[in-house]
Amino acid sequence: MAAITLEAVGKTYAGGVKAVHSIDLAIQDGEFVVLVGPSGCGKSTLLRMVAGLESVTEGKISIGDRMVNEVEPAERDIAMVFQNYALYPHMTVRQNLAYGLKNRKMAKAEISRRVDEAAQILEIGAFLDRKPRALSGGQRQRVAMGRAIVREPAAFLFDEPLSNLDAKLRVQMRGEIKQLQARLGTTSIYVTHDQLEAMTLAHRLVVLNGGQIEQVGTPLEVYRKPASTFVAAFIGSPAMNLLNAKAEGGVAHVGGGRVPLAAAVTGPVTLGLRPEDVRPADAGTEGAFVLKIAYVEELGAQKLVHGTVEGQNFACALPSDAALGQALHLVPEPGAAHGFDAQTGKRLG
Amino acid sequence: MVENRPLLNILAHLVLILGVLIVAFPIYVAFIASTHGPTDFLSGLIPLTPGHDTWHTYMTMLTTGMQSSGMPPLSLQMTNSLIMALTIAIGKISISIISAYAIVYFRFPFRSLAFWLIFITLMLPVEVRILPTYKVVADLGMLDTYAGLTIPLIASATATFLFRQVFLTIPDELMEAARIDGAGPMKFFWDILLPMSRNNIAALFVILFIYGWNQYLWPLLVTTDASHYTIVMGIKRMADVADAQPQWNYIMATAILAMLPPVLVVIFMQKLFVKGLIETEK
Ligand SMILES: Nc1ncnc2c1ncn2[C@@H]1O[C@H](COP(=O)(O)OP(=O)(O)OP(=O)(O)O)[C@@H](O)[C@H]1O
Ligand SMILES: [Mg+2]
Repeated sequence: MAAITLEAVGKTYAGGVKAVHSIDLAIQDGEFVVLVGPSGCGKSTLLRMVAGLESVTEGKISIGDRMVNEVEPAERDIAMVFQNYALYPHMTVRQNLAYGLKNRKMAKAEISRRVDEAAQILEIGAFLDRKPRALSGGQRQRVAMGRAIVREPAAFLFDEPLSNLDAKLRVQMRGEIKQLQARLGTTSIYVTHDQLEAMTLAHRLVVLNGGQIEQVGTPLEVYRKPASTFVAAFIGSPAMNLLNAKAEGGVAHVGGGRVPLAAAVTGPVTLGLRPEDVRPADAGTEGAFVLKIAYVEELGAQKLVHGTVEGQNFACALPSDAALGQALHLVPEPGAAHGFDAQTGKRLG
Repeated sequence: MVENRPLLNILAHLVLILGVLIVAFPIYVAFIASTHGPTDFLSGLIPLTPGHDTWHTYMTMLTTGMQSSGMPPLSLQMTNSLIMALTIAIGKISISIISAYAIVYFRFPFRSLAFWLIFITLMLPVEVRILPTYKVVADLGMLDTYAGLTIPLIASATATFLFRQVFLTIPDELMEAARIDGAGPMKFFWDILLPMSRNNIAALFVILFIYGWNQYLWPLLVTTDASHYTIVMGIKRMADVADAQPQWNYIMATAILAMLPPVLVVIFMQKLFVKGLIETEK
């Protein structure tokens, strides 16, 4: 187990594509860090640089107190779980688990002890002698994780390990990964583009955009205080509403209403409001703004009302028994409004 | 596709049976001919029922051959053919799997040049480059040797492309997983690539064994000494007697014996062969 440190790490591919720009990140021993971002933002590239599968073109990566830029993947003391499992198809599950240990010239008795232990933890004991092709997707993913844990590495690296599974299994495996990491206490880096997976798994979230870090923080920090409109729109489901508004002395004017912001700004701002952070109010209520309703999605416990505020898309979540007309008057919960710079998208206050 | 249309079934079977008959009849005739004594052919007609000289004909051919037309015993010729076919099959598979490995998995200078050079050999089978090849083999003193018989036939690219295709279907992540598992290039080749290409190797072995066994022109050119004759060229030699009747019983016995090893290879490797041709799961 070890800390992982990235110092000004960047990656320029041979063709000149700059996939990752100067990233600084200190991951503590035993921490579960999730790299999250939209497709093509460089998450896999960053992870593969830590694994040693991709060369580091700028900066330094250290695992423990060793600089590993030039160290072979096998010597970095890491284990990786791939999206499509990458199990050796001609080997049985047992051989798959043991292969890395055998290559390290580990004693037979120790290998079988570790394989049995991993099989027990992951409940794959029943099919140790099967080939991967005779396993379901979820079982294969378990085996892939088994291959990582038998190595007892300093760090686990996961690259979208659950994205080939169906929704239900994904939720179940998500829980298992979380428990497993808590139990083993191994430093982990987990890549996903699914913000829900990121929120539920991470000790700390790293939101990436265009090869750069947008924000680092605990899931709650990132959710409650998104550093930019990008993070605000990416984290949370349904997504935060972003409205162009005019502010005067820290109060945003939009849709006929007034929304107090945390910072005393004047001029154009982007106002962020989560769908669950507004509630309906009577027509005459002080500061209420108007939502013109377009359509409603029933979700069971609540309903999601879509419409426009001053011609801009807006959604709000209401109790499922709320009565609806053509329009709704809404007021934000106190302190729930986020203000962002209209030009840069950076958070204000 | 599961269909149940009796008329179509009957028709299909008729066509198939007819096909089998057309293919099998000449073989039947050859076999029957080899069971008769030499005098049974004088009428000009080939008999269609078995004769009584089977044992004698085959034993003569296997042990003494046909001295009149310079034929060494068939056992020797078959051994030569076997050595040639095996060397060609194994040699071709070895060099092409290694070169495909290099081309697919390594970045080295002149890689695409190497690729194209190999590609060009596809256009140059032995028959096309036979004269220069003969000259080279002769100058190297390899006439009447097993090396001269096999090496020129080994050097070509067909199988390289097959293995390249196979390797390209193996996901990169597998190689990366192996790297993390501490498998170097050699280990990856032996532990992962080779076993994963097992079926393709088997299929290719069958094809190349038959290819090697059936070589006619090249052995005819490079062997002048009877001790290196192969059975396929031997058949022709026997049929070409100058001023005597060809001895059909002996010729046909030779033909049947020449057919046997390829048939056995196909029968015993059928399962792997078919798997290698159709299997896609990786
Ligand atoms: N081998 C390569 N050569 C050149 N450019 C590459 C290479 N691999 C990735 N890229 C580019 O680098 C950028 C980041 O790719 P990366 O695979 O890290 O994205 P990602 O965040 O993992 O996306 P996804 O969620 O789709 O997996 C992309 O713009 C991609 O086109
Ligand atoms: Mg990726």
